[in-house]
Amino acid sequence: MKALPRVEGRVAVLDRADVDTDQIIPKQFLKRIERTGYGEFLFFDWMKDPAFELRRPEAAGASILIAGRNFGCGSSREHAAWALEDYGFRAVLAPSFGDIFRSNAIKVGVAPVALPAADLARLRIAVADRNELVVDLESLEVRHPDGLAFAFELDPYDQETLVQGLDDIARTLRHAEAIDAFESQHPARFDARALA
Amino acid sequence: MSRTLFEKIWDEHVVADADGRALLYVDLHLVHEVTSPQAFDGLRAAGRAVRRPDLTVATMDHNVPTTDGPITDPLARDQLAALRRNCDEFGVRLFDTGSGREGIVHVIGPELGLTQPGLTIVCGDSHTSTHGAFGALAFGVGTSEVEHVLATQTLPQAKPRTMRVEFSGELPFGLTAKDMVLAAIGQIGVSGGVGHVVEYAGPPVEALSMEGRLTICNMSIEAGARAGLIAPDDTTFAYLEGRPAAPHGTAWEKALDRWRDLRSDPGAAYDAAVDVDVDRLKPQVTWGTNPGMVTSIDGVVPDPADFDDADQRAAVERALRYMDLAPGTPLVDVRIDKVFIGSCTNARIEDLRAAARVVEGRRVADGVHAIVVPGSARVKAQAEDEGLREVFESAGFEWRRAGCSMCLGMNPDVLRPGERCASTSNRNFEGRQGAGGRTHLVSPAMAAAAAVSGRFADVRELA
Repeated sequence: MKALPRVEGRVAVLDRADVDTDQIIPKQFLKRIERTGYGEFLFFDWMKDPAFELRRPEAAGASILIAGRNFGCGSSREHAAWALEDYGFRAVLAPSFGDIFRSNAIKVGVAPVALPAADLARLRIAVADRNELVVDLESLEVRHPDGLAFAFELDPYDQETLVQGLDDIARTLRHAEAIDAFESQHPARFDARALA
Repeated sequence: MSRTLFEKIWDEHVVADADGRALLYVDLHLVHEVTSPQAFDGLRAAGRAVRRPDLTVATMDHNVPTTDGPITDPLARDQLAALRRNCDEFGVRLFDTGSGREGIVHVIGPELGLTQPGLTIVCGDSHTSTHGAFGALAFGVGTSEVEHVLATQTLPQAKPRTMRVEFSGELPFGLTAKDMVLAAIGQIGVSGGVGHVVEYAGPPVEALSMEGRLTICNMSIEAGARAGLIAPDDTTFAYLEGRPAAPHGTAWEKALDRWRDLRSDPGAAYDAAVDVDVDRLKPQVTWGTNPGMVTSIDGVVPDPADFDDADQRAAVERALRYMDLAPGTPLVDVRIDKVFIGSCTNARIEDLRAAARVVEGRRVADGVHAIVVPGSARVKAQAEDEGLREVFESAGFEWRRAGCSMCLGMNPDVLRPGERCASTSNRNFEGRQGAGGRTHLVSPAMAAAAAVSGRFADVRELA
């Protein structure tokens, strides 16, 4: 995964609550066995509507998405994060996120930034006027060139993963001895391979 | 110090502190065809093995056809072939289509006795919360996490918060676990559970069978929760005893001793609490495009103008437009085109029995297409032994093979644009069962009542 110290660019706004991962990437695209190439299917059904927010000229080339509360709820499909990333988004700003989507996004290098709805409303107004934004993952701050700035929280583990583009598995394997020790004290309850 | 059931399981599975995260050990990893191919590819690319194939079980469920004959969709066929190849290469036990043990991953885990109290269970599927019915900490993960668990048998996790959902009262005649959980989600909202592990408790929960408890925990994710939990008791132990992966002999007695301690201590503190009184609960039907948009069968489609919150008003307006419903319409006046009885929420034997009781001696209404998709090959065989297949087929239902089917429509079982479905599944999202399709979530008995009535109907009046 690429390091993501900051995201700087244009903003698209999708101001609706509870956008589920079925909308982000519908089921017919989950049959592919690849990890790439999902961007063209992002919001597949909604994109058919010429008035859909992401088809507006001001949303073209956006790398930051401002969304509503509980963004990415529902299915665990990581394809949703893959599709956003492949489409060009590197950060999603929303009041809250679905838990599984949030952790998938971090693994994929799309920063899930939680900000209060009131702050997002001010940012929406600011980018409508001048469509530029910086999401700084090192200083944990969102900045608009006209001076508007909001701090956000991200726990140190997630911040490190994003900013340095760390491989989570390699990181866990630093604890290989602890896993070995744990397993020696924690007997398996069954052997799935032996099941009739 | 008093601990909740969740905290007891959590504490027992923390391997190490990993940069401020708990490295959590995983006792059972369930795998299916859709969220695993990229994970196995990742292992191959890094030259890594599956650390614990003995704790890993795979099945095929999401895109398998439920009609007889060979699979015709080339992409689905390739994905199933990839799972076979991967399981073979990495030594993972696969319950393949036709093995007699296949089925929806959240149906076969309990059926095989793999799902046991006190375990940590993950799967690349959000409805992994289902397994919490046994007092196991079970949650859905993404594909990168599937790879992580395959490689390390652990996951770095931030500790979730806890929520207690306390049911009280006595569940009235004709009401089911599905009605209980839909009412709870209506109360909590679809994001109220985010970041939480929910423990369901109270006499109406204790009175439920394992099938009912599985239905409740299954839909925890629809309230946004990470996982759902119910403390194990004699009902749990009776279900487990004698199942293939359950402990036997002296190990069974030892397990019982351990399992009996798996309950929240008196006075244990939760971060949030919700009370749901079921005394006056009525059969639930969703009217909108998320599971929190739900009301009673004697209710009407709500008016957006009645919602104070602007976000909510916009969401309701949007949902009614998509669902093609006018405010004030009584739900019993809403006609349906299709009925789906199936899914990891409601395709176990008790669900099929409840639907069959309503269907028996009646006919599927003219113009309605109704299918029953058992949750597993075992459920299908048992239902056939009990004569349920005959009840459904003579009423005009189609009787299918096991799989996820029309819950998410990855296989050919889909709604056409504009079709309206009474569904026992878990999600009524836009297009979930097919682009442009309109889904109403109900219990199996209510789905059966809708099938024979051609519209939503109060099952209590048909009984």
